[in-house]
Amino acid sequence: MAVEVILPKVDMDMATGQISRWFFKEGDTVKQGDVLFEIETDKAAMEIDAPASGVLRNITGKEGVDIPVGHAVAWIYAEGEDASAAPAAASAATPAAEVKIEKPESSSQDRSAQTAPAVQDTPVQAGAVRATPLARRLAREAGLDLSGISGSGPQGRVVKADVEAAIAGGGAKAAAPAAEAGAPAAAAPAVKPMSDEAVLKLFEEGSYELIPHDNMRRTIARRLVEAKSTVPHFYLTLDCELDALFALRKQLNDAAPVKKTEKGEEPAYKLSVNDLIIKALALALKEVPDANVSWTEGAMVKHRHADVGVAVSIPGGLITPIVRKAEEKSLSSISNEMKDLAARARTRKLKPEEYQGGTTAVSNLGMFGIKDFAAVINPPHATILAIGAGEQRAVVKGGEVKVATVMSVTLSTDHRAVDGALGAELVGAFKRLIENPMGLVV
Amino acid sequence: MDAAVRELSYSQAIQEAMAIAMEADERVILMGEDIGVYGGAFQVTGDLVERFGTDRVMDTPISELGGAGVAVGAAVTGLRPIFEFQFSDFATLGMEQIVNQAAKMRFMLGGEVSVPVVMRFPAGSGTGAAAQHSQSLEAWLAHVPGLKVIQPATPHDVKGMLLAAVADPDPVMIFEHKLLYKMKGPVPEGHYTVPIGKAEVRREGKDLTIVATSIMVHKALEAAETLAGEGIDIEVIDLRTIRPIDRETVIESVKKTSRLLCVYEAVKTLGIGAEISAMIAESEAFDYLDAPIVRLGGAETPIPYNPELEKAAVPQVPGIIAAARDLAKGVR
Amino acid sequence: MATAKKAAEQSNLPFAYTQYSHEQLRDVLRKMYLIRRFEEGAEDSYMRGLIHGTMHLSIGQEASAMGICMPLTDDDQITSTHRGHGHSIAKGADVKKMFAEFFGKTTGYCKGRGGSMHIADVSKGNLGANGIVAGGIPIAVGAALSAKRLGNGKVVVSFFGDGANNEGAFHESLNMASIWKLPVIFVCENNGYGMSTSTARSTAVPNIADRAAAYSMPGVIVDGNNFSEVAEASHAAVERARAGEGPTLIESKTYRYRGHSKSDRNRYRTKEEIEDWMTNRDPITLFETELKEFGVVDDKGIEAIREDVAREIAAGIEYAKEGPMPEISDLARFVYTEEVA
Repeated sequence: MAVEVILPKVDMDMATGQISRWFFKEGDTVKQGDVLFEIETDKAAMEIDAPASGVLRNITGKEGVDIPVGHAVAWIYAEGEDASAAPAAASAATPAAEVKIEKPESSSQDRSAQTAPAVQDTPVQAGAVRATPLARRLAREAGLDLSGISGSGPQGRVVKADVEAAIAGGGAKAAAPAAEAGAPAAAAPAVKPMSDEAVLKLFEEGSYELIPHDNMRRTIARRLVEAKSTVPHFYLTLDCELDALFALRKQLNDAAPVKKTEKGEEPAYKLSVNDLIIKALALALKEVPDANVSWTEGAMVKHRHADVGVAVSIPGGLITPIVRKAEEKSLSSISNEMKDLAARARTRKLKPEEYQGGTTAVSNLGMFGIKDFAAVINPPHATILAIGAGEQRAVVKGGEVKVATVMSVTLSTDHRAVDGALGAELVGAFKRLIENPMGLVV
Repeated sequence: MDAAVRELSYSQAIQEAMAIAMEADERVILMGEDIGVYGGAFQVTGDLVERFGTDRVMDTPISELGGAGVAVGAAVTGLRPIFEFQFSDFATLGMEQIVNQAAKMRFMLGGEVSVPVVMRFPAGSGTGAAAQHSQSLEAWLAHVPGLKVIQPATPHDVKGMLLAAVADPDPVMIFEHKLLYKMKGPVPEGHYTVPIGKAEVRREGKDLTIVATSIMVHKALEAAETLAGEGIDIEVIDLRTIRPIDRETVIESVKKTSRLLCVYEAVKTLGIGAEISAMIAESEAFDYLDAPIVRLGGAETPIPYNPELEKAAVPQVPGIIAAARDLAKGVR
Repeated sequence: MATAKKAAEQSNLPFAYTQYSHEQLRDVLRKMYLIRRFEEGAEDSYMRGLIHGTMHLSIGQEASAMGICMPLTDDDQITSTHRGHGHSIAKGADVKKMFAEFFGKTTGYCKGRGGSMHIADVSKGNLGANGIVAGGIPIAVGAALSAKRLGNGKVVVSFFGDGANNEGAFHESLNMASIWKLPVIFVCENNGYGMSTSTARSTAVPNIADRAAAYSMPGVIVDGNNFSEVAEASHAAVERARAGEGPTLIESKTYRYRGHSKSDRNRYRTKEEIEDWMTNRDPITLFETELKEFGVVDDKGIEAIREDVAREIAAGIEYAKEGPMPEISDLARFVYTEEVA
């Protein structure tokens, strides 16, 4: 019977390991005790011996890949043994099942944990006044503002006696009501998000499962928090009529030349509405070059080309590949480029230079029937255009109600770089190009 | 029927406790260096060897590590050894057996054994024995879960706590300040115990709490009497046990007085005073503090030989008075 | 000592074959297999990530553990070392509770608190393996002091490795055991290396048994891979201890096939050296050959023993897998006898 070769645990606290080198290849004959492969740990390389003699087959443990401890990496068959049926991995069941993500818990029952809610009513100004814990408590209970009490202790520290004197004399002003004290102040420190523990505490144990974040999820979270908390967003919405665009698109697609492929004959391109939107935004930026910018502290970065990012939703997140110099490209080349980028985005095969940078972006949720939304700017862009669904709406033209296909778009701008009027100019140019789409072709 | 109470010295009280324990239980034996005919370096075992013989009052070779280990092994297998380190400083030689074996054996074996060993450590400065024979290392051992660490301050307590230690199923380390050996005090006759893990309020007061250990209890009481003349009313707590600490007594006292001074002979930094301070800061007593917590501990030096330097290296009564006065009057 | 010697002198057979019945000898073989298969099973489980921490295997030293424990009763006591699985089994421990301990389960000997390095079975007199080199030696002397003082006739064996003979605790302990004539047997399993440092490089005397002279006790050297020779020395030492004549130091010269611990790369010895011990001096092979030669067991009998051991090991691992994990809320249990807040 074939003998399983596993990735052994060779060090304390080792959950996975990497094979740095195989010394034998598929089909080689090995002797028990021969050094089969080498494992790289933090500390050293360990040589792993063959557990049996025979022919090495089914090498599944690739070099340089994290492999869980105990997993089969190859099998050793006796000479002449039938290797066609891969044996079931004996180790597959247990180790993984025992791994569980532990809910963080505090091991000591310290006072801060028990009484945390109670301290939140401490007046905001408390830090500014030197006072003993006892004086603070007495003032809090009496509803007195400590800053109105003069301290007799060292360095003006307010002590119990001072608070008692203030209560007796009625000399101190009442503490500001909590709502006022809690009003947002310009210099208020950034609010920390709730701790994991605090979040989990709100749900019954067993009522959820914890899915560990992958790198993409962490990057999205970090970048969006960064964008929303450092970029002053400003929003401009208007409606665009699409009937002319639809007509042009049909015309162009019908006229597409046919090319021969392995799968038979296919049109050389098939334009989507989104392809036309990309081109329209790029041309609008060319028309309003002051809006094709990035904010830096040192200077305004004014771009020579419109590099349009397109948000692509993929399993587990989203990514924004970029159509470079979109203002110079034909609709068919934009269309084919987008198809390629989107396909590779879904398999996470994009190269960094294909999704980093850009001067603006398009986010389209129209296919989900979303009427209108505002998108978060993806720095270093100064703008992002959110596209709603194209739908038939009643519009009033020359005093008459007519039916037209309309979509709402919302431009988010980085107000440091693109002011309201400039943004309005940009989104106006975009509308004009959409409603008079011949401009996209010539 | 109250037992008669006589005046005994601290060392006589220890000896009496050991004799009572040995009379009551054949399994109790004494081990240590020169505890037989010599009577112990501080004459604590005295003439016990004449009453109980060399089989039960065993002179060990000068082998602190091996000797401590033999006591641990004997405790696990049915005896109740009381092992005397000649000086507490020599705990450094026996550390392996104390820390790795005695403290952990019950835990490592999932509760299958107990280690009822008692170890005695003559400790502290003031005898001119200089840096290697004058240390206070109790906090070292109190840092180890599995051990109990006590510092009785009076003849009454050392007898009662030693008898409690012998009856205790777990390892108990007794730190005896050498300057206390000759101190006399009332000690009841016969068998009684003073519980391990319970502090004692030695003097009640309302203005300030002093938490003190071992010989510092007496110095704190002296300071309190002086300050009573100035109208400052001090509460003095004798901690008695440093593992496990009696949290309740200390917290209740601080809630009453709103001020805390910790006084101990061991080096100030990272000592029992730090633990008491942190314990108060973490407890409900925090909101009752009307002044910063103050610690008085040993200097950050080895114990010097010169008598004046030696005195300066550990808290003395005038220093305690000054610190307590400042704290009570709100100067600190 | 007298009876053991006499028995051996009655024939030309090695000691064990005059001392033990065939059934006892077959059981010795079975237990040597049990030790080896237990350690192989533990090693396999470790490599599969089912066992936490590290472990120190005594594969190759089985005859030493078995030979020393043969004259001991369940009341006699041992202290053991980080390489203590064999001692534990030789002293009568149940492999299923050992596996459960290694898996960290409450059904283990130490309820999951000790693991490999603190494996113990107090009910069978095993006071525990020890993570500190020489840590168990003074404890064994203390246990022997209890035995003498309580007059219960127990003897105590302290197992330790060659590395321990340069620890102060070793010297202090031998001295005290000798001056007090305590019923303790010091067994140094000399496998040639204290972690990576050979005894030749670490120890001033050629034989660790030579150290006995300094403490006025017999120092006996045996081939630790020869069961009968080890058992003979152990019988003599146990008789001497029970007779109140004091301690003995036995040096059992043996070899561990595996590294010091699981993170050993075996850089300090050659493959040829390991190979030589495994092929020419394996304690189980040697013992099997003798047993067959003296007609104690045949190939069929050996096969039956192996199968029986394999079943016990498989059942032990299953038992370990099924046991419950300790509750986190029980973290502070067993620190003190009466729980302290």
